[in-house]
Amino acid sequence: MKFKLKVWRQANQNAQGKLVDYDIDGINADMSFLEMVDVLNDKLIKKGEDPIAFDHDCREGICGMCSMYISGRAHGPQHAATTCQLYMRKFKDGDTIYVEPWRARAFPIVKDLAVDRGAFDRIIAAGGFVSVNTGQAQDANNLPVEKAFAEKAMDAAACIGCGACVAACKNASAMLFVSAKVSQMALLPQGQPERTRRALAMVAQMDAEGFGNCTNTGACEAECPKEISLTNIARLNREYINASVIAE
Amino acid sequence: MAEESNQTITDGLNSKIPGGPVGDKWTTYKRNVKLVNPANKRKIEVIVVGTGLAGASAAASLAELGYKVKAFCFQDSPRRAHSIAAQGGINSAKNYKNDGDSVFRLFYDTVKGGDFRAREANVHRLAEVSVNIIDQCVAQGVPFAREYGGLLDNRSFGGAQVSRTFYARGQTGQQLLLGAYQALERQIGLGNVEMFTRHEMAEVVTIDGKARGIIAKNLITGAFEKHFGHAVLLATGGYGNVFFLSTNAMGSNVTAAWKAHKKGAFFGNPCYTQIHPTCIPVSGDYQSKLTLMSESLRNDGRVWVPKTKEDAKAIREGKKRAEDIKEEDRDYYLERKYPSYGNLSPRDIASRAAKEACDDGRGIVASGFGVFLDFADAIKRLGVDVVKARYGELFPMYQNITNEDPLKTPMKIYPAVHYTMGGLWVDYELQTSVQGLYALGEANFSDHGANRLGASALMQGLADGYFVAPYTVGNYLAGEIFTKAIDLNHPAFVEAEKSASDRQKTLLGIKGKRSVDDFHKALGHIMWEYCGMARSAEGLTKARKLLQDLRKEFWSDVLVPGGLNEFNPELDKAGRVADFIELGELMVVDALNRNESCGGHFRVEYQDEGEAKRDDENYAYVAAWEFKGMDADPQLHKEPLQFDNVKLAVRSYK
Repeated sequence: MKFKLKVWRQANQNAQGKLVDYDIDGINADMSFLEMVDVLNDKLIKKGEDPIAFDHDCREGICGMCSMYISGRAHGPQHAATTCQLYMRKFKDGDTIYVEPWRARAFPIVKDLAVDRGAFDRIIAAGGFVSVNTGQAQDANNLPVEKAFAEKAMDAAACIGCGACVAACKNASAMLFVSAKVSQMALLPQGQPERTRRALAMVAQMDAEGFGNCTNTGACEAECPKEISLTNIARLNREYINASVIAE
Repeated sequence: MAEESNQTITDGLNSKIPGGPVGDKWTTYKRNVKLVNPANKRKIEVIVVGTGLAGASAAASLAELGYKVKAFCFQDSPRRAHSIAAQGGINSAKNYKNDGDSVFRLFYDTVKGGDFRAREANVHRLAEVSVNIIDQCVAQGVPFAREYGGLLDNRSFGGAQVSRTFYARGQTGQQLLLGAYQALERQIGLGNVEMFTRHEMAEVVTIDGKARGIIAKNLITGAFEKHFGHAVLLATGGYGNVFFLSTNAMGSNVTAAWKAHKKGAFFGNPCYTQIHPTCIPVSGDYQSKLTLMSESLRNDGRVWVPKTKEDAKAIREGKKRAEDIKEEDRDYYLERKYPSYGNLSPRDIASRAAKEACDDGRGIVASGFGVFLDFADAIKRLGVDVVKARYGELFPMYQNITNEDPLKTPMKIYPAVHYTMGGLWVDYELQTSVQGLYALGEANFSDHGANRLGASALMQGLADGYFVAPYTVGNYLAGEIFTKAIDLNHPAFVEAEKSASDRQKTLLGIKGKRSVDDFHKALGHIMWEYCGMARSAEGLTKARKLLQDLRKEFWSDVLVPGGLNEFNPELDKAGRVADFIELGELMVVDALNRNESCGGHFRVEYQDEGEAKRDDENYAYVAAWEFKGMDADPQLHKEPLQFDNVKLAVRSYK
C-alpha cells in the first residue's frame, strides 16, 4: 500500500509548526500505524533528515502514551482503539492521511507529535486517590463491595489517561478524564471519606490547568479508546454540586 | 541491627540472610531492624529510578515515612511504566477459597516453580507479605473482581493447583499500578516527592564505595542533571528488549542496571529469561513488538496442534481450517504430556513444548511457528457470554491485531520473550554489591529463580516497594543520618556527568550508515537464535564472537540523527542499544557457564527426553558477575543456594 502523509512538524514548544508532506510506499496492511511511522522514520534517518518525534511505549493499547490526531480524529478512524492498535488495513490504498498532535492549551507541544500531559498528573495529585498509607489497610474482605458497583468502578477505572478526550473536545475539556477517577472512587466504599474534598479539589485543579468547560457534545466519549461513558460526567456534576453544598 | 546472619560470606558475597527457621526470618529481621527517627528522616534524601509497581510503591511508601524522595521515569508520566501491561493477576496466600492455600504453599510453589534456583529466605518473605499487598491495594480503591456476595474473587493461574490469583478483568497490572501511582501522586501533591518525568538515569555516582546519587538526562532539553541521594533505588524493570522483539514496552531498557553494573554492582543470573507461551506469533519483519495474550486464557483454552504434519501443512497453506481437523486428529500435547497440570503447566514447560511441536513440523501459521489455543470446549461448557466476560478486552484485542475472532476460530499463539528473572544481584535487604544502591522488582534477580510463575511479578514488585524496601533501606539509612548532602561539584559527580555527556557526543559523531534499529534487530536475531529457548555450547560460543563484532560495528557505523541539546529519542535509543549489546554478551557468558538445564535456561546438551536436567551438585548457586572492563572477561562469584525447607527434586508436572 502507499500513502500521502501530511505530518505536523514543530521543533519545540515555541517554534512555528507546519504540515510537511511525505510519500510512503510498500506498506503492509497488517502493520500498525506506528510501525508505518517507524518505516518512514528509518527512511528519514538514512536520508539524513530529522525523524518525526512521537510518543509511544507499550504498543498494546494500555500505557496511554501514544497520541496522534489522525485525519481529524483522536487516535484515528478505528473505534475504541489507541493509535498503536490502529492497523493500516483500516485505510484505503493511496489515501492522504493527516497526522497532528493533541491540540489543547493545557497540553503544550514538546516536539512534532509529542505533547506534555503533566496537567493530568497534577489533577490526580490534587485528589485522585484514597489517603491510605502503606500498612494502614484492614483485611481486604472486611469491606464487601456490591458486584454491580465494583463493575461500574472498574469501567471508570479503565481510563488510560491518554488525553484523547481533551483532543477531541472543541473546548479542550478534561471532564471525561476527571469524571472517570471521581466516579471510580465515588462508587466504592473506600472513596467515601474524601468524596467531597476530592470532587472539589480535582475540578479546581482542572480549571487551573486551563482546560475548557464541558458543553455535553459527547465527542470525548465517541473518541475514547477505552469507551469511558458520558454518564461519568453526569456523576461528576452531581458529585461536584453535592460537594459544593456540603462545603458551604 | 538485624540479627547475625547464619550465612557466611562466600566468594565475596554476603547475602545477609537472618538466622532461624525460614518462617521466622522476616519477623526476626523486622524486630531487630535499625530505625530512623522522624526528625532525621526529613533530612535524608532517597532517589528512586523507575515508577512501575516497585518504584512507585517504594517512592510513595518512603515518602509516607517522612524521607525526602526524588523519583525519576523516562515516560511522560509515572502512570505509564510497563507494569501497566500485566494482564492476568496477582498471587496472594489469602486462602479465601479454602482450597488448601497457605504462605508455605505459595513459598513452596514459587521455589519449585523457579526450578530450585531462588533463595528460600527471600521467597518465604515474598509469600508472607503477599497477604498485605492485597489489603493495601483494596484499601486504595483498586477495583478487583468480586463475587455476588461482594467479596473478592480468585482464579487459578499457570503453575498452581489452588485459586490464589486476584484480578481486575484483563487489566490487573494497570489497576495495581494506578493504585501505586495515585499513592505516589498524593505524596507529590504533599511535597514529599519531587517527580522528574522524561528523565533517564545516565550514571550512578559512587563516592568511597557508596552510592551517593545519579546523573539524569532531561530527555526534553538534553541536559544532564546531578542529583544527590543518601541511597539510590533502581526499580527499572527487566531487559527483555535485548531480544528486540519481546512483550516489553518499546522504551523498556537495561541502561540504569547496566550503568550500576559497570560501577560495581554484580549482575545475577543474566541468562535466566522467561519465554511466555501465549503471545501472538510474529507476522513480518517490520514488526516492532510482540503482544502477549494473558496466560489466564489457558484456564479455559486448550492448546493443540494437528497429530500429523500433513494436516499442519494444509492449515499453513490455507487449505484446511482448525475446524476441519477432527477431535481424534488433534494433539492436545500439554494435556497428553503433563496430565496433572495440563494446559496450566508452567511457562517454561509450555513454551518448550510449543517449540518442540513446531520443530516437529506441526506448526499452524505460515512461518511454521504457531500453535492453537482453542476455546470451543469452554464456550460449549460455559456459554459465549461467560467466556467473553471472563477475558474482558483480551478477545477484542486479539481480533483487532489479527483480524480473526477467537470465539469462532482458535487463537494462534507462540512463545515470546516476556520477563527476565536475572537482574542485579541483591542481598536479603535488596542491596546490591554497592552500598546504598538497591534494586527492586524485575530489576533484581532475587525471587523467581530460573523461572517465574504466573501472577508473581506484580506480587514481587509491590512486595519490594511497599513492604520490604521501607524496612531494609531504613536499616542502612540509620547509619547515614550524619551524612550531609554532598556538593554537586564533587569530582565524582563532575566526572560521572562528563562521561555521560562524552558518550553522547561520540554516538552523534560516528555518522555511520546503519540506523539504531538495524543494530537492535541484528542483536535480537543473535540472542533469539543462540540464547533463546534452546541453547548449546557451540551456539553460545559463536554468539559471543558475533556480539563482540556487533559491538565494534555499532561504535563505528551507527547513524544517530539530530543534536545534543534537544528532544532526541533516537540518541536516547542509541545509548540503550549500546548497553543491550554489552549485556547480551554477559548473558551468553552466563548461559555458557551454566552446564545444566533449569527453568528458562535450556541447554540442549543437558536433557532427559526433552525434559530439563538440572545439576544440583555443581550448579545450585547464583552466578553473580563482576564487571572487569570492556574487553576483559567478567569475574564469576558464586552464592551457594541452600534448600532446608523444600526438598530438591526433579520438577515434575506430569
